[in-house]
Amino acid sequence: MLVFVPALAVFGGLLVWAVVGLPDFGHYVGPYGYLLNQVALPERHMTNVVTAVVFDYRGFDTLGEEFILLGAVTGVALLLRSQERGEEVQEGIGSDTVRVVGIVLAGAALLVGLWLVAFGFVTPGGGFQGGVVVAGAIFCVFLCADFRAWRGMSSQTVLDPLEGVGAAGYVVIGLAALVSGYPFLTNELFGPGVPGTLHSGGTGPFINWSVAFAVSAGILILFSEFLEEYIVPIAAGAED
Amino acid sequence: MIVATLVPLQATILALVGIGATVLVLTRDPLRMTIVSGVYGWLLTLLFFVLSAPDVALSMLVVSSVGYPVILLVAVTRSRNK
Repeated sequence: MLVFVPALAVFGGLLVWAVVGLPDFGHYVGPYGYLLNQVALPERHMTNVVTAVVFDYRGFDTLGEEFILLGAVTGVALLLRSQERGEEVQEGIGSDTVRVVGIVLAGAALLVGLWLVAFGFVTPGGGFQGGVVVAGAIFCVFLCADFRAWRGMSSQTVLDPLEGVGAAGYVVIGLAALVSGYPFLTNELFGPGVPGTLHSGGTGPFINWSVAFAVSAGILILFSEFLEEYIVPIAAGAED
Repeated sequence: MIVATLVPLQATILALVGIGATVLVLTRDPLRMTIVSGVYGWLLTLLFFVLSAPDVALSMLVVSSVGYPVILLVAVTRSRNK
């Protein structure tokens, strides 16, 4: 208490000071937001300026972020895959209602996820969000159907290559610009297209899809490694 | 420069986020905390949405309703079976 109360007072004071010093609500002072809203549509033909920033103006940073995800997934797989694995599988869920609702939900979520990816550079969405939703939809199969169906869908022979293709695809798109005589990742290939349609944004849609593959495969690898390691032994009744 | 003011809907959801965060901090049971954190994430999603940031709202939604609860549930299951 002797330490906690003074620490709380100091921290609280600093917090209040910082909050009082913030710009008023709605008074945005950074110039870049306005600038990008002006130039993104004419320059890049993407109607979703956020995606234009993430996959084009700031595309090199996003490449690094994608490799952070790849590194994290690789690390988890390296740590957890070395263990021996039982072939026992858990029984499916007994309730028919849960099964039916879950499967319908999985289908609906898959469609929403694919839509978020496909139109990520036209309307709000993009490879990251859509990819996670797609992964969540496939994960619904595990929650609602039986583990055998899940293991079939989350097979390492499918997910590992997809993760690699997604991550490498981003680099290949960058190199394609380099080979064509532009700096790395320059958005000059495939023409500008018609803004507001799927044929727009140049290389943006391709980067979008490669990120979607990398993210959905990465999330599913994480899920399935955690499940195999922690949940399945418990569900199968094995002593830990 | 565009100057916006806080409309009642935004103020309401901002207040709900404050309540949600307090409830989340006061929840002690890990399993219940997982569910409460999902609801809190959903409130934050609504907040970002009414503050005209649909992209951030989508990211918040997928992280708080798909990614984070699964990791938490793994941890809860693990610790309960120890």
